[in-house]
Amino acid sequence: MNQQQKWIAFYTIIIREILRFTRIWIQTILPPVITTALYFVIFGQLIGPAIGKIDGYNYIEFIVPGLIMMTVITNSYANVVSSFYGSKFQGNIAEMLVSPVPNWIILVGYIGGGVARGLSVGLAVTIVSLFFSNLPIEHPFLMLLMGILTSALFSLAGLINGIYAKSFDDISIVPTFVLTPLTYLGGVFYSISMLSDFWQKVSLLNPVLYMVNGFRYGVLGVSDMSPWLSFTVLIIFISALYIYSLSLLNRGVGIRN
Amino acid sequence: MLSYAPIIFMGLKMSTALAIQSLTKVYANGFQALKGIDLTVQQGDFFALLGANGAGKSTTIGIISSLVNKTSGQVSIFGYDIDTQREQAKAQIGLVPQEFNFNVFEPVREIIINQGGYYGIPRTEALERSEKLLNQLGLWEKRKDQARELSGGMKRRLMIARALIHQPRLLILDEPTAGVDIEIRRSMWDFLTELNESGTTIILTTHYLEEAESLCRNIGIIDQGQLIENTSMKKLLNRIDTETYVFDLDNALASPPEHNALTFELRDPTTLEVSFHKESFSLNQVFDWFKENNIKITSMRNKTNRLEQLFIDLVEGNKGSKAA
Repeated sequence: MNQQQKWIAFYTIIIREILRFTRIWIQTILPPVITTALYFVIFGQLIGPAIGKIDGYNYIEFIVPGLIMMTVITNSYANVVSSFYGSKFQGNIAEMLVSPVPNWIILVGYIGGGVARGLSVGLAVTIVSLFFSNLPIEHPFLMLLMGILTSALFSLAGLINGIYAKSFDDISIVPTFVLTPLTYLGGVFYSISMLSDFWQKVSLLNPVLYMVNGFRYGVLGVSDMSPWLSFTVLIIFISALYIYSLSLLNRGVGIRN
Repeated sequence: MLSYAPIIFMGLKMSTALAIQSLTKVYANGFQALKGIDLTVQQGDFFALLGANGAGKSTTIGIISSLVNKTSGQVSIFGYDIDTQREQAKAQIGLVPQEFNFNVFEPVREIIINQGGYYGIPRTEALERSEKLLNQLGLWEKRKDQARELSGGMKRRLMIARALIHQPRLLILDEPTAGVDIEIRRSMWDFLTELNESGTTIILTTHYLEEAESLCRNIGIIDQGQLIENTSMKKLLNRIDTETYVFDLDNALASPPEHNALTFELRDPTTLEVSFHKESFSLNQVFDWFKENNIKITSMRNKTNRLEQLFIDLVEGNKGSKAA
Protein backbone atom coordinates (compact mmCIF):
# COMPACT_ATOMS: atom_id res chain seq x y z
CA MET A 1 0.00 0.00 0.00
CA ASN A 2 1.23 3.48 -0.76
CA GLN A 3 1.07 6.34 1.74
CA GLN A 4 -2.30 7.61 0.51
CA GLN A 5 -3.86 4.15 0.74
CA LYS A 6 -2.49 3.74 4.25
CA TRP A 7 -3.99 7.07 5.22
CA ILE A 8 -7.38 6.00 3.80
CA ALA A 9 -7.21 2.75 5.79
CA PHE A 10 -6.32 4.63 8.99
CA TYR A 11 -9.05 7.19 8.41
CA THR A 12 -11.57 4.39 7.77
CA ILE A 13 -10.80 2.69 11.08
CA ILE A 14 -10.99 5.98 13.01
CA ILE A 15 -14.30 7.01 11.45
CA ARG A 16 -15.73 3.53 11.99
CA GLU A 17 -14.75 3.67 15.66
CA ILE A 18 -16.17 7.18 16.15
CA LEU A 19 -19.45 6.19 14.48
CA ARG A 20 -19.58 3.11 16.70
CA PHE A 21 -19.53 5.00 19.99
CA THR A 22 -21.57 7.99 18.81
CA ARG A 23 -24.28 5.66 17.48
CA ILE A 24 -24.76 4.36 21.02
CA TRP A 25 -24.12 7.68 22.81
CA ILE A 26 -26.72 6.85 25.46
CA GLN A 27 -24.46 3.99 26.54
CA THR A 28 -21.09 5.62 25.92
CA ILE A 29 -21.22 9.38 26.51
CA LEU A 30 -24.21 10.10 28.74
CA PRO A 31 -23.54 7.75 31.72
CA PRO A 32 -20.05 9.07 32.58
CA VAL A 33 -21.36 12.65 32.34
CA ILE A 34 -24.19 11.89 34.79
CA THR A 35 -21.91 9.94 37.15
CA THR A 36 -19.33 12.74 37.23
CA ALA A 37 -22.04 15.36 37.78
CA LEU A 38 -23.08 13.38 40.86
CA TYR A 39 -19.47 13.41 42.06
CA PHE A 40 -19.45 17.19 41.64
CA VAL A 41 -22.64 17.56 43.68
CA ILE A 42 -21.74 15.14 46.47
CA PHE A 43 -17.99 15.63 46.87
CA GLY A 44 -17.82 19.19 45.66
CA GLN A 45 -20.95 20.93 46.95
CA LEU A 46 -21.93 18.81 49.98
CA ILE A 47 -18.70 17.37 51.43
CA GLY A 48 -16.22 19.81 49.89
CA PRO A 49 -16.86 22.84 52.16
CA ALA A 50 -16.14 20.63 55.20
CA ILE A 51 -12.75 19.65 53.76
CA GLY A 52 -11.61 23.15 53.02
CA LYS A 53 -8.87 24.18 50.57
CA ILE A 54 -6.15 21.98 49.03
CA ASP A 55 -3.12 23.64 47.42
CA GLY A 56 -5.01 26.94 47.56
CA TYR A 57 -8.11 25.70 45.71
CA ASN A 58 -11.62 24.79 46.86
CA TYR A 59 -12.08 21.02 47.09
CA ILE A 60 -14.37 20.89 44.06
CA GLU A 61 -11.84 22.80 41.94
CA PHE A 62 -9.12 20.44 43.16
CA ILE A 63 -11.00 17.25 42.22
CA VAL A 64 -12.38 18.40 38.85
CA PRO A 65 -9.16 17.66 36.88
CA GLY A 66 -8.91 14.22 38.51
CA LEU A 67 -12.54 13.41 37.73
CA ILE A 68 -12.11 14.51 34.12
CA MET A 69 -9.01 12.33 33.86
CA MET A 70 -10.86 9.41 35.45
CA THR A 71 -13.53 9.54 32.73
CA VAL A 72 -10.87 9.88 30.03
CA ILE A 73 -9.07 6.78 31.35
CA THR A 74 -12.11 4.56 31.75
CA ASN A 75 -13.71 5.58 28.46
CA SER A 76 -10.66 5.28 26.24
CA TYR A 77 -9.97 1.86 27.76
CA ALA A 78 -13.59 0.72 27.48
CA ASN A 79 -13.88 1.88 23.88
CA VAL A 80 -10.96 -0.14 22.57
CA VAL A 81 -11.45 -3.27 24.65
CA SER A 82 -15.14 -3.55 23.80
CA SER A 83 -14.69 -2.68 20.13
CA PHE A 84 -11.73 -5.01 19.59
CA TYR A 85 -13.21 -7.92 21.51
CA GLY A 86 -16.58 -7.31 19.85
CA SER A 87 -14.86 -7.59 16.45
CA LYS A 88 -13.25 -10.84 17.53
CA PHE A 89 -16.52 -12.18 18.87
CA GLN A 90 -18.52 -11.33 15.73
CA GLY A 91 -15.65 -12.33 13.46
CA ASN A 92 -15.48 -8.99 11.63
CA ILE A 93 -11.87 -8.51 12.77
CA ALA A 94 -11.22 -10.69 9.69
CA GLU A 95 -12.29 -7.76 7.49
CA MET A 96 -9.03 -6.05 8.39
CA LEU A 97 -6.91 -9.17 8.70
CA VAL A 98 -7.58 -10.31 5.13
CA SER A 99 -6.88 -6.83 3.76
CA PRO A 100 -3.39 -5.46 3.06
CA VAL A 101 -3.64 -2.85 5.84
CA PRO A 102 -0.48 -3.12 7.99
CA ASN A 103 -0.87 -4.07 11.64
CA TRP A 104 0.57 -0.79 12.85
CA ILE A 105 -2.24 1.08 11.11
CA ILE A 106 -4.84 -1.19 12.72
CA LEU A 107 -3.18 -0.43 16.05
CA VAL A 108 -2.99 3.32 15.53
CA GLY A 109 -6.58 3.32 14.23
CA TYR A 110 -7.90 1.69 17.39
CA ILE A 111 -5.83 4.09 19.52
CA GLY A 112 -7.34 6.97 17.55
CA GLY A 113 -10.84 5.66 18.27
CA GLY A 114 -10.07 5.34 21.97
CA VAL A 115 -8.57 8.84 22.10
CA ALA A 116 -11.61 10.24 20.30
CA ARG A 117 -14.01 8.74 22.85
CA GLY A 118 -11.79 9.63 25.83
CA LEU A 119 -11.55 13.25 24.71
CA SER A 120 -15.24 13.49 23.76
CA VAL A 121 -16.37 12.30 27.17
CA GLY A 122 -13.63 14.37 28.84
CA LEU A 123 -14.89 17.48 27.03
CA ALA A 124 -18.50 16.76 28.00
CA VAL A 125 -17.48 16.34 31.66
CA THR A 126 -15.40 19.53 31.51
CA ILE A 127 -18.41 21.47 30.24
CA VAL A 128 -20.56 20.07 33.06
CA SER A 129 -17.85 20.92 35.61
CA LEU A 130 -18.08 24.59 34.61
CA PHE A 131 -21.55 24.68 36.17
CA PHE A 132 -20.01 23.76 39.52
CA SER A 133 -16.62 25.49 39.56
CA ASN A 134 -14.42 28.15 37.99
CA LEU A 135 -11.51 26.39 36.33
CA PRO A 136 -8.57 28.73 35.65
CA ILE A 137 -7.02 26.44 32.92
CA GLU A 138 -3.47 27.62 33.50
CA HIS A 139 -1.75 25.61 30.74
CA PRO A 140 -4.32 24.62 28.09
CA PHE A 141 -1.78 23.02 25.73
CA LEU A 142 -0.38 20.81 28.51
CA MET A 143 -3.90 19.93 29.60
CA LEU A 144 -4.78 18.79 26.06
CA LEU A 145 -1.49 16.95 25.67
CA MET A 146 -1.96 15.04 28.92
CA GLY A 147 -5.52 14.17 27.90
CA ILE A 148 -4.38 12.82 24.52
CA LEU A 149 -1.42 10.88 25.89
CA THR A 150 -3.41 9.38 28.76
CA SER A 151 -6.24 8.25 26.51
CA ALA A 152 -3.68 6.82 24.05
CA LEU A 153 -2.03 4.86 26.84
CA PHE A 154 -5.29 3.39 28.11
CA SER A 155 -6.44 2.67 24.57
CA LEU A 156 -3.32 0.55 24.18
CA ALA A 157 -4.02 -1.18 27.49
CA GLY A 158 -7.59 -1.83 26.35
CA LEU A 159 -6.34 -3.29 23.08
CA ILE A 160 -4.01 -5.70 24.87
CA ASN A 161 -6.92 -6.76 27.08
CA GLY A 162 -9.05 -7.23 23.96
CA ILE A 163 -6.38 -9.32 22.28
CA TYR A 164 -6.09 -11.73 25.20
CA ALA A 165 -9.80 -11.78 26.09
CA LYS A 166 -11.62 -15.02 25.38
CA SER A 167 -14.98 -14.07 26.87
CA PHE A 168 -16.94 -10.97 27.83
CA ASP A 169 -15.97 -11.66 31.46
CA ASP A 170 -12.33 -11.15 30.51
CA ILE A 171 -12.98 -7.61 29.33
CA SER A 172 -14.55 -6.53 32.62
CA ILE A 173 -11.99 -8.07 35.01
CA VAL A 174 -9.19 -5.56 34.36
CA PRO A 175 -11.38 -2.42 34.62
CA THR A 176 -12.98 -3.68 37.82
CA PHE A 177 -9.98 -5.08 39.67
CA VAL A 178 -7.08 -3.04 38.28
CA LEU A 179 -8.20 0.17 36.60
CA THR A 180 -10.73 1.39 39.16
CA PRO A 181 -8.47 0.90 42.23
CA LEU A 182 -5.51 2.51 40.45
CA THR A 183 -7.65 5.49 39.44
CA TYR A 184 -9.25 6.01 42.85
CA LEU A 185 -5.83 5.73 44.51
CA GLY A 186 -4.19 7.92 41.85
CA GLY A 187 -4.77 11.24 43.57
CA VAL A 188 -8.14 12.04 42.04
CA PHE A 189 -9.71 12.99 45.36
CA TYR A 190 -6.63 14.01 47.37
CA SER A 191 -3.09 15.31 47.20
CA ILE A 192 -0.46 12.73 48.12
CA SER A 193 1.07 15.39 50.37
CA MET A 194 -1.82 14.51 52.72
CA LEU A 195 -0.45 10.94 53.06
CA SER A 196 2.32 9.62 55.31
CA ASP A 197 5.81 9.26 53.83
CA PHE A 198 5.38 5.53 53.37
CA TRP A 199 2.08 5.83 51.45
CA GLN A 200 3.46 8.73 49.43
CA LYS A 201 6.25 6.42 48.23
CA VAL A 202 3.77 3.61 47.52
CA SER A 203 1.58 6.03 45.58
CA LEU A 204 4.51 6.91 43.32
CA LEU A 205 4.34 3.35 41.94
CA ASN A 206 0.87 4.09 40.56
CA PRO A 207 1.15 5.38 36.97
CA VAL A 208 -2.30 7.01 37.14
CA LEU A 209 -0.94 9.44 39.75
CA TYR A 210 1.40 10.98 37.16
CA MET A 211 -1.39 11.43 34.65
CA VAL A 212 -3.83 12.99 37.13
CA ASN A 213 -1.17 15.35 38.43
CA GLY A 214 0.07 16.28 34.97
CA PHE A 215 -3.49 17.13 33.93
CA ARG A 216 -4.13 18.97 37.21
CA TYR A 217 -1.04 21.08 36.56
CA GLY A 218 -2.44 21.96 33.14
CA VAL A 219 -5.77 23.04 34.65
CA LEU A 220 -4.85 24.52 38.05
CA GLY A 221 -1.09 25.07 37.81
CA VAL A 222 -0.52 22.89 40.93
CA SER A 223 0.76 19.34 41.12
CA ASP A 224 2.39 16.82 43.46
CA MET A 225 5.19 16.42 40.94
CA SER A 226 6.86 18.03 37.96
CA PRO A 227 4.72 17.95 34.79
CA TRP A 228 7.87 16.87 32.94
CA LEU A 229 8.01 13.75 35.11
CA SER A 230 4.35 13.04 34.30
CA PHE A 231 5.07 13.52 30.59
CA THR A 232 8.14 11.26 30.72
CA VAL A 233 6.30 8.47 32.54
CA LEU A 234 3.48 8.61 30.00
CA ILE A 235 5.84 8.44 27.04
CA ILE A 236 7.69 5.46 28.53
CA PHE A 237 4.46 3.55 29.20
CA ILE A 238 3.00 4.39 25.78
CA SER A 239 6.18 3.27 24.00
CA ALA A 240 6.34 0.00 25.94
CA LEU A 241 2.67 -0.88 25.40
CA TYR A 242 2.80 0.14 21.73
CA ILE A 243 5.74 -2.17 21.04
CA TYR A 244 4.12 -4.99 22.98
CA SER A 245 0.71 -4.71 21.33
CA LEU A 246 2.24 -4.44 17.86
CA SER A 247 4.21 -7.60 18.49
CA LEU A 248 0.99 -9.35 19.59
CA LEU A 249 -0.76 -8.28 16.38
CA ASN A 250 2.20 -9.30 14.23
CA ARG A 251 2.26 -12.74 15.83
CA GLY A 252 -1.49 -13.03 15.47
CA VAL A 253 -2.01 -13.71 19.18
CA GLY A 254 -5.72 -14.08 19.90
CA ILE A 255 -6.74 -13.22 16.34
CA ARG A 256 -5.11 -15.77 14.03
CA ASN A 257 -5.37 -19.49 14.45
CA MET B 1 -6.12 0.60 -7.26
CA LEU B 2 -3.32 -1.45 -5.82
CA SER B 3 -0.42 -1.96 -8.13
CA TYR B 4 2.65 -3.95 -7.33
CA ALA B 5 5.44 -5.32 -9.46
CA PRO B 6 4.94 -9.09 -9.50
CA ILE B 7 7.78 -11.55 -9.20
CA ILE B 8 8.16 -15.09 -10.46
CA PHE B 9 7.37 -17.48 -7.63
CA MET B 10 8.74 -21.04 -7.71
CA GLY B 11 9.27 -20.70 -11.45
CA LEU B 12 5.55 -20.14 -12.08
CA LYS B 13 4.36 -17.60 -14.62
CA MET B 14 1.70 -14.99 -13.91
CA SER B 15 -0.95 -17.29 -15.40
CA THR B 16 -1.00 -19.10 -12.07
CA ALA B 17 -3.54 -17.60 -9.68
CA LEU B 18 -2.76 -19.81 -6.71
CA ALA B 19 0.22 -22.06 -6.05
CA ILE B 20 0.41 -24.15 -2.90
CA GLN B 21 3.40 -26.33 -2.18
CA SER B 22 3.82 -28.87 0.66
CA LEU B 23 1.35 -27.02 2.86
CA THR B 24 0.99 -28.38 6.37
CA LYS B 25 -0.91 -27.19 9.41
CA VAL B 26 -0.73 -28.60 12.91
CA TYR B 27 -2.99 -26.89 15.43
CA ALA B 28 -1.91 -26.15 19.00
CA ASN B 29 -3.84 -29.18 20.26
CA GLY B 30 -1.72 -31.42 18.00
CA PHE B 31 -4.38 -31.99 15.34
CA GLN B 32 -2.79 -32.19 11.90
CA ALA B 33 -5.31 -30.48 9.64
CA LEU B 34 -3.16 -30.41 6.49
CA LYS B 35 -0.57 -33.04 5.60
CA GLY B 36 1.41 -31.59 2.71
CA ILE B 37 -0.97 -30.20 0.12
CA ASP B 38 0.21 -29.27 -3.39
CA LEU B 39 -2.30 -27.38 -5.47
CA THR B 40 -2.24 -25.06 -8.46
CA VAL B 41 -5.17 -23.00 -9.72
CA GLN B 42 -4.78 -21.26 -13.05
CA GLN B 43 -5.80 -17.67 -13.72
CA GLY B 44 -9.41 -17.47 -14.93
CA ASP B 45 -10.34 -20.89 -13.55
CA PHE B 46 -13.54 -21.72 -11.69
CA PHE B 47 -12.16 -24.26 -9.26
CA ALA B 48 -14.11 -26.46 -6.84
CA LEU B 49 -12.44 -27.44 -3.61
CA LEU B 50 -14.47 -30.22 -2.10
CA GLY B 51 -14.18 -32.28 1.04
CA ALA B 52 -16.20 -33.54 3.95
CA ASN B 53 -16.55 -31.47 7.12
CA GLY B 54 -13.18 -31.27 8.87
CA ALA B 55 -11.27 -32.41 5.76
CA GLY B 56 -9.09 -29.29 5.71
CA LYS B 57 -10.84 -27.01 3.21
CA SER B 58 -11.42 -24.10 5.58
CA THR B 59 -7.91 -24.41 7.01
CA THR B 60 -6.50 -24.19 3.50
CA ILE B 61 -8.63 -21.15 2.74
CA GLY B 62 -7.70 -19.61 6.10
CA ILE B 63 -3.99 -19.94 5.30
CA ILE B 64 -4.42 -18.50 1.79
CA SER B 65 -6.25 -15.49 3.20
CA SER B 66 -3.85 -15.01 6.15
CA LEU B 67 -6.42 -15.83 8.82
CA VAL B 68 -4.59 -19.01 9.84
CA ASN B 69 -0.85 -19.33 10.37
CA LYS B 70 0.60 -22.25 8.43
CA THR B 71 3.03 -24.72 9.97
CA SER B 72 5.13 -25.21 6.82
CA GLY B 73 4.96 -24.98 3.05
CA GLN B 74 4.65 -22.18 0.55
CA VAL B 75 1.67 -20.29 -0.81
CA SER B 76 1.68 -17.68 -3.55
CA ILE B 77 -1.16 -15.68 -5.05
CA PHE B 78 -0.55 -14.40 -8.56
CA GLY B 79 3.16 -14.84 -7.89
CA TYR B 80 3.19 -13.02 -4.56
CA ASP B 81 4.48 -15.08 -1.66
CA ILE B 82 2.20 -14.78 1.39
CA ASP B 83 5.23 -14.74 3.72
CA THR B 84 7.51 -12.26 2.00
CA GLN B 85 4.97 -10.20 0.00
CA ARG B 86 1.98 -10.44 2.28
CA GLU B 87 0.45 -7.03 1.50
CA GLN B 88 0.60 -7.60 -2.25
CA ALA B 89 -0.72 -11.16 -1.93
CA LYS B 90 -3.64 -10.03 0.24
CA ALA B 91 -4.56 -7.30 -2.23
CA GLN B 92 -5.29 -9.97 -4.88
CA ILE B 93 -7.83 -11.90 -2.80
CA GLY B 94 -11.48 -11.46 -1.96
CA LEU B 95 -12.83 -13.81 0.68
CA VAL B 96 -16.40 -14.89 1.31
CA PRO B 97 -16.17 -16.94 4.50
CA GLN B 98 -18.44 -19.72 5.62
CA GLU B 99 -19.79 -17.92 8.70
CA PHE B 100 -21.41 -14.47 8.71
CA ASN B 101 -18.62 -12.27 9.99
CA PHE B 102 -19.68 -8.65 9.70
CA ASN B 103 -20.71 -6.21 12.40
CA VAL B 104 -24.44 -6.85 12.49
CA PHE B 105 -25.10 -3.37 13.90
CA GLU B 106 -23.49 -1.55 10.97
CA PRO B 107 -25.56 -0.46 7.96
CA VAL B 108 -25.15 -2.61 4.86
CA ARG B 109 -23.45 0.01 2.70
CA GLU B 110 -21.11 1.10 5.48
CA ILE B 111 -19.81 -2.46 5.81
CA ILE B 112 -18.88 -2.50 2.13
CA ILE B 113 -17.39 1.00 2.10
CA ASN B 114 -15.31 0.30 5.20
CA GLN B 115 -13.94 -2.83 3.55
CA GLY B 116 -12.92 -0.69 0.59
CA GLY B 117 -11.20 1.67 3.00
CA TYR B 118 -9.04 -1.16 4.38
CA TYR B 119 -7.79 -1.67 0.82
CA GLY B 120 -7.05 2.03 0.42
CA ILE B 121 -9.98 2.80 -1.88
CA PRO B 122 -11.11 6.46 -1.57
CA ARG B 123 -14.61 6.90 -0.18
CA THR B 124 -16.04 8.49 -3.35
CA GLU B 125 -14.84 5.56 -5.43
CA ALA B 126 -16.03 3.06 -2.80
CA LEU B 127 -19.49 4.70 -2.89
CA GLU B 128 -19.70 4.24 -6.66
CA ARG B 129 -18.52 0.65 -6.52
CA SER B 130 -20.82 -0.22 -3.63
CA GLU B 131 -23.84 1.14 -5.52
CA LYS B 132 -23.02 -1.04 -8.50
CA LEU B 133 -22.43 -4.15 -6.39
CA LEU B 134 -25.51 -3.66 -4.24
CA ASN B 135 -27.64 -3.28 -7.36
CA GLN B 136 -26.09 -6.34 -8.99
CA LEU B 137 -26.73 -8.42 -5.90
CA GLY B 138 -30.22 -7.10 -5.24
CA LEU B 139 -29.37 -5.31 -2.00
CA TRP B 140 -29.65 -1.66 -3.01
CA GLU B 141 -33.01 -1.22 -1.26
CA LYS B 142 -31.43 -2.53 1.94
CA ARG B 143 -28.35 -0.31 1.86
CA LYS B 144 -29.35 1.74 4.91
CA ASP B 145 -30.56 -1.21 7.00
CA GLN B 146 -28.47 -2.70 9.75
CA ALA B 147 -26.96 -6.00 8.64
CA ARG B 148 -28.82 -7.89 11.36
CA GLU B 149 -32.11 -7.02 9.66
CA LEU B 150 -31.20 -8.95 6.49
CA SER B 151 -32.39 -12.44 5.67
CA GLY B 152 -29.89 -15.31 5.47
CA GLY B 153 -29.68 -15.10 1.68
CA MET B 154 -29.17 -11.33 1.79
CA LYS B 155 -26.38 -11.73 4.35
CA ARG B 156 -24.63 -14.17 2.00
CA ARG B 157 -24.91 -11.66 -0.83
CA LEU B 158 -23.65 -8.89 1.41
CA MET B 159 -20.52 -10.92 2.08
CA ILE B 160 -20.03 -11.38 -1.67
CA ALA B 161 -20.41 -7.63 -2.26
CA ARG B 162 -17.95 -6.90 0.54
CA ALA B 163 -15.41 -9.33 -0.93
CA LEU B 164 -15.65 -7.70 -4.36
CA ILE B 165 -15.33 -4.03 -3.40
CA HIS B 166 -11.60 -3.98 -4.17
CA GLN B 167 -12.08 -5.92 -7.43
CA PRO B 168 -9.95 -8.93 -6.45
CA ARG B 169 -8.33 -11.11 -9.08
CA LEU B 170 -8.98 -14.21 -6.99
CA LEU B 171 -12.32 -14.72 -5.23
CA ILE B 172 -12.55 -17.47 -2.63
CA LEU B 173 -16.04 -18.57 -1.67
CA ASP B 174 -16.44 -20.90 1.28
CA GLU B 175 -19.90 -22.42 0.98
CA PRO B 176 -21.50 -19.23 -0.36
CA THR B 177 -24.95 -20.70 -0.97
CA ALA B 178 -25.40 -22.56 2.32
CA GLY B 179 -28.93 -22.01 3.58
CA VAL B 180 -29.97 -20.02 0.52
CA ASP B 181 -33.22 -20.81 -1.31
CA ILE B 182 -33.11 -22.26 -4.81
CA GLU B 183 -34.11 -19.07 -6.62
CA ILE B 184 -31.43 -16.95 -4.99
CA ARG B 185 -28.89 -19.75 -5.35
CA ARG B 186 -29.51 -19.82 -9.09
CA SER B 187 -29.17 -16.03 -9.35
CA MET B 188 -25.92 -16.25 -7.39
CA TRP B 189 -24.69 -18.92 -9.80
CA ASP B 190 -25.43 -16.58 -12.72
CA PHE B 191 -23.63 -13.73 -10.97
CA LEU B 192 -20.56 -15.85 -10.22
CA THR B 193 -20.49 -17.24 -13.74
CA GLU B 194 -20.51 -13.70 -15.17
CA LEU B 195 -17.82 -12.67 -12.75
CA ASN B 196 -15.66 -15.60 -13.79
CA GLU B 197 -16.26 -14.86 -17.46
CA SER B 198 -15.10 -11.29 -16.87
CA GLY B 199 -11.74 -12.65 -15.72
CA THR B 200 -11.97 -13.23 -11.97
CA THR B 201 -10.50 -16.53 -10.84
CA ILE B 202 -12.87 -18.27 -8.44
CA ILE B 203 -12.27 -20.99 -5.88
CA LEU B 204 -15.46 -22.46 -4.48
CA THR B 205 -16.11 -24.86 -1.65
CA THR B 206 -19.59 -26.24 -1.34
CA HIS B 207 -21.56 -29.16 -0.01
CA TYR B 208 -24.00 -28.87 -2.92
CA LEU B 209 -22.15 -31.02 -5.41
CA GLU B 210 -24.49 -30.17 -8.25
CA GLU B 211 -23.33 -26.59 -7.70
CA ALA B 212 -19.70 -27.58 -8.21
CA GLU B 213 -20.66 -29.69 -11.22
CA SER B 214 -22.62 -26.84 -12.81
CA LEU B 215 -20.13 -24.05 -12.18
CA CYS B 216 -16.60 -25.39 -11.98
CA ARG B 217 -14.16 -26.45 -14.65
CA ASN B 218 -11.58 -28.02 -12.35
CA ILE B 219 -11.84 -29.77 -9.05
CA GLY B 220 -9.73 -30.69 -6.05
CA ILE B 221 -10.90 -33.06 -3.34
CA ILE B 222 -9.40 -32.87 0.14
CA ASP B 223 -9.78 -35.70 2.57
CA GLN B 224 -8.17 -35.95 5.99
CA GLY B 225 -5.74 -33.15 5.22
CA GLN B 226 -4.60 -34.54 1.87
CA LEU B 227 -5.48 -33.62 -1.69
CA ILE B 228 -6.74 -36.93 -3.05
CA GLU B 229 -7.91 -35.61 -6.41
CA ASN B 230 -6.97 -32.67 -8.59
CA THR B 231 -8.28 -32.80 -12.12
CA SER B 232 -10.78 -31.34 -14.54
CA MET B 233 -14.47 -31.80 -13.86
CA LYS B 234 -14.92 -33.44 -17.24
CA LYS B 235 -12.21 -36.03 -16.64
CA LEU B 236 -13.54 -36.78 -13.22
CA LEU B 237 -17.10 -37.26 -14.41
CA ASN B 238 -15.89 -39.47 -17.26
CA ARG B 239 -14.68 -41.91 -14.65
CA ILE B 240 -18.23 -42.77 -13.76
CA ASP B 241 -18.86 -46.03 -15.60
CA THR B 242 -22.37 -46.74 -14.37
CA GLU B 243 -25.46 -44.69 -15.11
CA THR B 244 -28.67 -45.07 -13.15
CA TYR B 245 -32.01 -43.64 -14.25
CA VAL B 246 -35.44 -43.75 -12.71
CA PHE B 247 -38.37 -44.26 -15.10
CA ASP B 248 -42.02 -43.58 -14.31
CA LEU B 249 -44.13 -46.14 -16.16
CA ASP B 250 -47.57 -45.82 -17.68
CA ASN B 251 -48.53 -49.42 -16.83
CA ALA B 252 -47.74 -51.24 -13.58
CA LEU B 253 -45.24 -54.11 -13.42
CA ALA B 254 -45.67 -57.08 -11.11
CA SER B 255 -41.95 -57.85 -10.82
CA PRO B 256 -38.69 -56.33 -12.11
CA PRO B 257 -37.75 -57.42 -15.64
CA GLU B 258 -34.57 -59.40 -16.31
CA HIS B 259 -31.76 -58.55 -18.73
CA ASN B 260 -28.12 -59.59 -18.91
CA ALA B 261 -26.76 -56.03 -19.44
CA LEU B 262 -29.31 -54.02 -17.48
CA THR B 263 -30.00 -54.11 -13.76
CA PHE B 264 -33.58 -53.41 -12.75
CA GLU B 265 -35.05 -52.49 -9.42
CA LEU B 266 -38.74 -51.93 -8.98
CA ARG B 267 -39.35 -49.18 -6.41
CA ASP B 268 -43.11 -49.50 -6.78
CA PRO B 269 -45.26 -51.03 -9.55
CA THR B 270 -44.92 -47.93 -11.76
CA THR B 271 -41.38 -46.76 -10.84
CA LEU B 272 -38.45 -48.65 -12.31
CA GLU B 273 -34.79 -48.02 -11.64
CA VAL B 274 -32.40 -49.04 -14.42
CA SER B 275 -28.59 -49.24 -14.15
CA PHE B 276 -26.11 -50.03 -16.93
CA HIS B 277 -22.44 -49.71 -17.80
CA LYS B 278 -21.86 -46.74 -20.09
CA GLU B 279 -19.33 -48.63 -22.20
CA SER B 280 -21.50 -51.64 -22.89
CA PHE B 281 -24.92 -50.02 -23.17
CA SER B 282 -26.44 -46.69 -24.15
CA LEU B 283 -29.56 -44.82 -23.15
CA ASN B 284 -30.91 -45.28 -26.69
CA GLN B 285 -30.62 -49.02 -26.28
CA VAL B 286 -32.55 -48.78 -23.02
CA PHE B 287 -35.35 -46.95 -24.81
CA ASP B 288 -35.28 -49.60 -27.55
CA TRP B 289 -35.61 -52.33 -24.94
CA PHE B 290 -38.61 -50.58 -23.36
CA LYS B 291 -40.23 -50.34 -26.81
CA GLU B 292 -39.57 -54.00 -27.61
CA ASN B 293 -41.17 -55.02 -24.32
CA ASN B 294 -44.11 -52.69 -24.82
CA ILE B 295 -43.41 -50.69 -21.65
CA LYS B 296 -44.54 -47.08 -21.92
CA ILE B 297 -42.57 -44.38 -20.10
CA THR B 298 -44.20 -41.20 -18.80
CA SER B 299 -41.05 -39.52 -17.43
CA MET B 300 -37.44 -40.17 -16.42
CA ARG B 301 -34.65 -38.64 -14.28
CA ASN B 302 -31.13 -39.29 -13.00
CA LYS B 303 -31.18 -41.32 -9.81
CA THR B 304 -28.48 -39.31 -7.99
CA ASN B 305 -26.12 -36.49 -8.65
CA ARG B 306 -23.20 -38.02 -10.54
CA LEU B 307 -20.51 -36.05 -8.78
CA GLU B 308 -21.99 -36.89 -5.42
CA GLN B 309 -21.60 -40.61 -6.02
CA LEU B 310 -18.08 -40.16 -7.33
CA PHE B 311 -17.15 -37.99 -4.34
CA ILE B 312 -18.40 -40.63 -1.94
CA ASP B 313 -16.52 -43.36 -3.84
CA LEU B 314 -13.26 -41.36 -3.75
CA VAL B 315 -13.47 -40.50 -0.06
CA GLU B 316 -14.47 -44.04 0.88
CA GLY B 317 -11.64 -45.35 -1.30
CA ASN B 318 -9.16 -43.06 0.46
CA LYS B 319 -10.33 -44.29 3.86
CA GLY B 320 -10.13 -47.90 2.66
CA SER B 321 -6.58 -47.50 1.37
CA LYS B 322 -5.50 -45.98 4.71
CA ALA B 323 -7.13 -48.76 6.69
CA ALA B 324 -5.32 -51.34 4.53
